[in-house]
Amino acid sequence: MTLVKVRLVSGRSIGQGKGKELGKFSQQYFQSVAICELSSDDMNILAVPEGGNVRVKTDFGDVVVKAYTSKQSLPKGIAFMPYGPWANRLTDPETHGSGMPSLKGIEAEVSPALKEEVPTLETLVKNLYSEK
Amino acid sequence: MSELLVRNGYVYDPLNRINGEKMDIAIRNGIVVDDVGSSAKLVDASGMIVMPGGVDIHSHIAGSKVNLARMIRPEDHERDVESRTSITRAGVGRSIPSTFTTGYRYARMGYTTVFEPATPPMKTRHTHEELNDTPMIDKGCFPLLGNNWFVMDYLREGKLEECAAYVAWMLKATKGYAIKLVNPGGVEAWGWGKYLTGLDDPVPRFDITPREIVRGLCKINTYLNLPHPIHVHTNDLARAGNYETTIKTMDCVRDLYHGGKPIIHITHVQFTGRSGTDWINVASGAPEIADYVNKHEHVDIDIGQIIFTDTTTMTADGSFQFLLHLISGNKWANTDVEAETGGGIVPFHYKKSNYVNCIQWGIGLELALMIKDPWRVQMTTDHPNAGPFTEYPRIIAWLMSREARGRVARKLNKSAHRRLDVPGLDREYSFYEIAIATRAATAKTLGLKQKGHLGLGADGDISIYAIDPTTINPSRQYKLVRRAFRKAVYTIKEGKILVKNGEVVDTVPGKTFWVDPKVPQDTYEKMLSNLERKFEDYYTMQMSNYPIGEEYLLASKKIETVAGS
Amino acid sequence: MTALSEKIISDVVCTICGTGCDDLQIRIKDGKIIEAKNACAVSISKFLEQHAQRYSSPMIRRDGELKCASFDEAVCKAATILSESRYPILLGWSLTSAEATCIGVELAELVGGVVDNNTGFCHGPGLIGAQDIGVSTCTLGEVRHRADVVVYWGANPIHAHPRHIARYTVLSKGRFREGRKERKMIVVDVRKTDTARMADLFIQIEPNGDYELLSALRMAVKGEELEQQVIAGVSSERIEELADLLVRCEFGIIFYGVGLTMSRGKSRNLDAALSLVRDLNRSTKFLIMPMRGHFNVCGANEVTSWITGYPYAVDLSRGYPFYNPGETSAVDILSRRECDAALVVSSDPVSHLPYSVAKYLSEIPLVTMDPHVTATTMVSDVAFPTAIMGIEASGSLYRMDGVVLECKKLLDPPQSVKSDVDVLRAILDRVKSLKGA
Repeated sequence: MTLVKVRLVSGRSIGQGKGKELGKFSQQYFQSVAICELSSDDMNILAVPEGGNVRVKTDFGDVVVKAYTSKQSLPKGIAFMPYGPWANRLTDPETHGSGMPSLKGIEAEVSPALKEEVPTLETLVKNLYSEK
Repeated sequence: MSELLVRNGYVYDPLNRINGEKMDIAIRNGIVVDDVGSSAKLVDASGMIVMPGGVDIHSHIAGSKVNLARMIRPEDHERDVESRTSITRAGVGRSIPSTFTTGYRYARMGYTTVFEPATPPMKTRHTHEELNDTPMIDKGCFPLLGNNWFVMDYLREGKLEECAAYVAWMLKATKGYAIKLVNPGGVEAWGWGKYLTGLDDPVPRFDITPREIVRGLCKINTYLNLPHPIHVHTNDLARAGNYETTIKTMDCVRDLYHGGKPIIHITHVQFTGRSGTDWINVASGAPEIADYVNKHEHVDIDIGQIIFTDTTTMTADGSFQFLLHLISGNKWANTDVEAETGGGIVPFHYKKSNYVNCIQWGIGLELALMIKDPWRVQMTTDHPNAGPFTEYPRIIAWLMSREARGRVARKLNKSAHRRLDVPGLDREYSFYEIAIATRAATAKTLGLKQKGHLGLGADGDISIYAIDPTTINPSRQYKLVRRAFRKAVYTIKEGKILVKNGEVVDTVPGKTFWVDPKVPQDTYEKMLSNLERKFEDYYTMQMSNYPIGEEYLLASKKIETVAGS
Repeated sequence: MTALSEKIISDVVCTICGTGCDDLQIRIKDGKIIEAKNACAVSISKFLEQHAQRYSSPMIRRDGELKCASFDEAVCKAATILSESRYPILLGWSLTSAEATCIGVELAELVGGVVDNNTGFCHGPGLIGAQDIGVSTCTLGEVRHRADVVVYWGANPIHAHPRHIARYTVLSKGRFREGRKERKMIVVDVRKTDTARMADLFIQIEPNGDYELLSALRMAVKGEELEQQVIAGVSSERIEELADLLVRCEFGIIFYGVGLTMSRGKSRNLDAALSLVRDLNRSTKFLIMPMRGHFNVCGANEVTSWITGYPYAVDLSRGYPFYNPGETSAVDILSRRECDAALVVSSDPVSHLPYSVAKYLSEIPLVTMDPHVTATTMVSDVAFPTAIMGIEASGSLYRMDGVVLECKKLLDPPQSVKSDVDVLRAILDRVKSLKGA
């Protein structure tokens, strides 16, 4: 199976900020946040089209999102995902006694997932969170 | 209608020349009156001292640098906590107590009015938000104007009246009480990481000197008829020997005095009362300063007395704070404020083994003992800079007892002990003089007509202490004195009993005093249009968003003045 | 008719990020915001989409589903949940007013819970670092007037604080600096962001290499020789070049983002950064400031500090304030499953916290307050719709540099939607009566 190993960085983006104000369940938020940006080298290795689905996996979980070549010059081996429910499926809760979980620089594997769907926020919450 | 009668106590009310007379004090609806009816609540003060509630003229209790100090000193709080009760909120001490705790601790000591002496105008909303959460005491704050760009520009251009209009606008906009100067001109220099020396060193890029700033604001203060004189933390705080600058600052406005109450208040003079050329030969400049103050009535001061303890220094004098960090190696915070002022924080531990700290300890007491007029030398610790305000009773004991001073003096660094005059000073304060130093004089210099005394019409703020002045010998029994002033038997605020036997039994929010000076309309309008033109150039905030509305204060108490002779 | 139903409100304070723009001009027509001048792209979305994904009725979970309820019922249920819990956590506070946070802290004290805000998983390490080292900082105008060197480290203001550069730093005009040509911009980041493209000097750092790079800079700034050729992916020549720029400037500042607080080292990265800035003050004037992301997380720190003495992660279960991030911080408490109820105010931890941590929130009684429907709303037991601060409710906020701005109320909230202050006060009063206070 093709896969690339990356260090995952999560952060803010204008799209994520704008989408957030339009509502977490909005189409704009989904389109801006359920994504993963990679370097052009890594995109070539994965051989997925722009916006193609990929699975991102860390020690803490995995999630399917859309992949794009980063416009902000990511070097090979670094992936960027905007803050949000998809990125946080993957982050490390360990705070090492500091209170701060590890939201940046986590080791991840990215593999093509063209036949799978990117879960909406609603689906994500329904599937992952307890029945109350 | 609520009535209270404090019966049979030994009253010390220096503003009304009452010196330990056994008398009753009657309060109706929060005001001292002639007498009250038979259904009045009775407080038996037999065998005890009755004083007006304490008035603290200078204590850093609220605002952005105070809170930053709280934030970065969790170790200060950990060993001193206050649990929540049904009446009081939870909180922490020690040198930078949380706001509710601050109010309770002042009230427990019998203090009922406290002023935050240094608020950066642009951030004064923050100060008021904290003061709103500081119960039990009436309060106010002094906006920092000694490094303000508009002030410096106006004074350089000789536009005194327009500058006065600006100061009036600022006091109203910040809901401030008095004009505060800290290291005038020097904090603007620190904006570039630079230092000024003395009164005549020009401020970089502003072409004005500290002397001109002090004189200009002194004139404006008089012109605006403000209740309190300019409140000045002098230049050269960081210099080993700086008493000469203090005297020069006092002297630089002498020609502006035409009788009446003082026109300049120099604060925490201990910190700027050193003689010597470097830290090794530093000594006390108190005798020289005392001599000057004794001969010149236009000045009054507060001492800023050192307590040998672990405390936190915090001041708008950012340049000094960096140097203190370099000397002590302790952590350092710096908070410069655009177009206005600066600030710095460094934890510090005053030790009896440290030569300089011992000299500092001596300076404060020498000032208090060598200045003859008790009305012009007031008791403070510049809390928390020289020590926490909860240590005031310790200072009271030192002032009243040569023996108490001696006990400390014997443990001082030996060289310091040799060089200080204080071990040889006999003078001991009376209860009357303590009342002056801690309430009457401070209220008087602040211009608070209803505070610091118990005459008719005064606010019914009273503290009662478990000392029988007819039987106690404070000189020998200073420990009893200290203990008594730590925990008031009663603290009464506007006729309401807030503290009983040192415990909080009731709370009030307290009022915030501020001043609204009226200036000629045409000058005001000219100033406003100048301000509108320049505001966005100087500030990163819109002018319409700058002034604080009166409704921001939990309980506003406005004092109006009218400019002119 | 049209003239009367249209108005323009000037000097409006934006309530999104810590940049604290207060020069917005909002045009309202027929009770709806139709224009927001001076607002950045994110802000325009907020003002113009005021009604996106709102809900108007409080909700209570019954039979596994959130159903509409009256305000009183919801207050009752919320108060019961909080007062009956042993160790509740009250979380959020970063996107609401200082006044609301004041009530929140009082509520936490009353119920003996933990009051924590977004700082814990955002800029907490900066505060922890400052508690060790101190911090040399200023208000934003100082930068505008004086700075000739501006460093953005692990921050991408073009995306996260869009007007920061033009209002306060490299593109701004100050009393002593004309503008771009008198300033040098340096960006340190793991990727060449849009912000980095503007820089005069871009330093591409290896992920998790901040501590090494900062330590190397500290050495270089003190004139010590770097033995390694490459540190954190950066050549020692580059490091020395950067150190030289920093030492020789007249007034420099580092704005740092969560790139520094969230990567390996966390508060140790800040120890190093704060120490570097402190060391630089021996040669020149240098300062540092965190790029706070939420518009009032600073306010949450300030309020919590003045009332409890500590800026976040405050445990009040003992009856007095106790602070120990790592022990009393939200992520750890949730991770260890220690709390047994939660109140979340204007925050969406289900979207923003690591999944395994946020999952626990869905297993305990949860009360939420938010203007919008969020992922956290979906797993709540009680949910209150609230007024948007800065549009439908007034209140004060603290900018990233601690300057307080007062937000205006521009419009009424949707029918029956209340402000955070009103909801919290109602819950507080109800808890007081339940506890017989």
